[in-house]
Amino acid sequence: MKNVLILGATSDMARAIAKKHAAEGWGLTLAARDPEALDPIASDIRIRSTVDIQTVPFDAKDFANHQNLYDSLDVKPDVVIACFGYMGDQDQARSDLGEIERTIAVNFTGMATMLSVVAADFERRGSGAIAAISSVAGDRGRQSNYVYGSAKAGLTAYLSGLRNRLAKKGVHVMTVKPGFARTKMTENLELPAALTASPEQIADAVFNGLEKKKNVVYTLWPWRYIMLIIRHIPEFIFKKMKM
Amino acid sequence: MRKIADWGNYPVIEADVSGFDTADQLRRELEPPGEVIAFGNGRSYGDASLQKRMLLTRRFNKFLSFNEETGELCCQAGVLLSEILDVFVPRGWFLPVTPGTKQITIGGAIAADVHGKNHHVDGSFGQHVVSMDVMRNEGSIITCSPTENADFFKITVGGMGLSGIILSAAFKLRRIETAYIREETRRASNLDEIMDSFEASTDWTYSVAWIDCLAKGDAMGRSIMTRGEHATAGDLVNQARQSAPLKLKKGLKLDVPITLPNFALNPLSMKAFNVLYYNKTRPGTHQRVVDYNGFFYPLDAIDNWNRIYGKRGFTQYQFVIPKEAGRDGMRAILKRITDSGLGSFLAVLKLFGEQESFMSFPMAGYTLALDFPISVKAMELFKVLDAMVADYGGRLYLAKDSRMNAEMFEKTYPNADEFRQAIAMLNEGETKFASLQSKRIGITS
Repeated sequence: MKNVLILGATSDMARAIAKKHAAEGWGLTLAARDPEALDPIASDIRIRSTVDIQTVPFDAKDFANHQNLYDSLDVKPDVVIACFGYMGDQDQARSDLGEIERTIAVNFTGMATMLSVVAADFERRGSGAIAAISSVAGDRGRQSNYVYGSAKAGLTAYLSGLRNRLAKKGVHVMTVKPGFARTKMTENLELPAALTASPEQIADAVFNGLEKKKNVVYTLWPWRYIMLIIRHIPEFIFKKMKM
Repeated sequence: MRKIADWGNYPVIEADVSGFDTADQLRRELEPPGEVIAFGNGRSYGDASLQKRMLLTRRFNKFLSFNEETGELCCQAGVLLSEILDVFVPRGWFLPVTPGTKQITIGGAIAADVHGKNHHVDGSFGQHVVSMDVMRNEGSIITCSPTENADFFKITVGGMGLSGIILSAAFKLRRIETAYIREETRRASNLDEIMDSFEASTDWTYSVAWIDCLAKGDAMGRSIMTRGEHATAGDLVNQARQSAPLKLKKGLKLDVPITLPNFALNPLSMKAFNVLYYNKTRPGTHQRVVDYNGFFYPLDAIDNWNRIYGKRGFTQYQFVIPKEAGRDGMRAILKRITDSGLGSFLAVLKLFGEQESFMSFPMAGYTLALDFPISVKAMELFKVLDAMVADYGGRLYLAKDSRMNAEMFEKTYPNADEFRQAIAMLNEGETKFASLQSKRIGITS
């Protein structure tokens, strides 16, 4: 049975990704900070499927422990999907050093350290695939969420470099940019239906993207073009826009 | 705040919505004063799950236990019927009762006490609930069943979410050999014929009829009767099906990507549809084996089909009248509908079996459900129909309703008063659970 390690397994998106892989017959290793939130998620999937499921504690900000965590896994994964992230309060993040540090630590540094550990093993084995949830917010810094956006921009650049390094070694790296997602963070917001993906749609896009070895996945296709346009607005105009 | 509506897109309201992953989170959501109502997957048609503060149950959707021997499944209330089918049909289990869509939550199935094509044999969904946990207004969790806290159970099944928020439920799935249904269809050329056909169909597990609500005169009530049984392995002739009797290929999924203009459905297009649909089935009896999706959920294959009714939205008028009033009553009501020319193409007729429950819709008798685009004329027609339904001793289905008045509810639900008092008692003076519907029909103030 092939195994997927899902990092940050308690989010709506991660749960949908886990269910999708279980339904397709993959064994799961679910990693998250809060075991109390993770256990019911694992037992739910155990009833839904017959695949092997392990849970492990994982803290994205505990960088020094990432190597130990990976070494301690009973089953080494064939695929790693990093879903963790932290979207703080941007107004707070403008001036609150703790909030800036946390946003960057979870969204960038934690990703970079953990995926470096994974990459080393996959490179040695000469196989494997890594997917990480980045964001369209990283495509261009905008006043509404540039701290989060810049951490995600860093992640996107990191993944692009990692992909470049590992492509020759038989290891695939995929960047996922979901756009608007219908999750607990957005349930009370009015979002345009055509641009808003459900966790299940994102899970399908991630699973299918990995099967087809896609490099960069926008879970809903209009986003690719929206961001293309946003990236190409000249800076002297862009800086005056409200975005 | 966001705009939200149920399936009929009428009414559309602005509401504050929030979901929850754990009972503790829900308890915190209930703490602030003010009324709330649970909202599942938004497939009731009217305003039964609408309110200025709504608690979304969809995220609360974990499976809690399953007994491979007895088929008893316990899951949280936000689980969709479709999720249960996806997981358990391949293992040889099916829902005990299912309505015409699988896109509803377990909480909604119990709160509206939904029925299906097997009502005359297996009753409504609530009758298959072994036990459930419900969170009350002050945050306590009450476990109830037909024997434990039976009074609370009684007002929660069919109670439209007014006694509390259903957290989880245990119910028994039924064994199946295949994912297919042995289906028989036949045409009935008028109302008498279709009613004879229903009365001769009581030994079939599933029976339902599509009825042409635009046909007049001698052809009034012309319909297509569909009956079905779960197919056994021996019923499958196709080799691919035989080798994997419980597995279905992914079906074609269609979508109505935008809300159509209001004029898309007009008397002409509806008439054309009905004539074509009726004539699609040739005279005589036809047998075939179809997968369960085709038999139970034909409309689920089209995402957002409610958009065909345009921005104005629509309502489904579903009533039941007692069997004694049956033929004459149904003829009179149907005549009124066909004369109006307002009915659309989705009209369904069914004969219910006996039902003993406190607030549920079904009763031994005939039920007819049909969609109407929202219009002033339709609203006038409903008032006339309401009076007729009430006179025949029938009632309307709360899960579909968006417009009946308190007087109609009072007259037609025999336990209305007792229910109101029970809910008031639970609230201890401060109403916690209320919907636009519960206020409109006077269950809550």
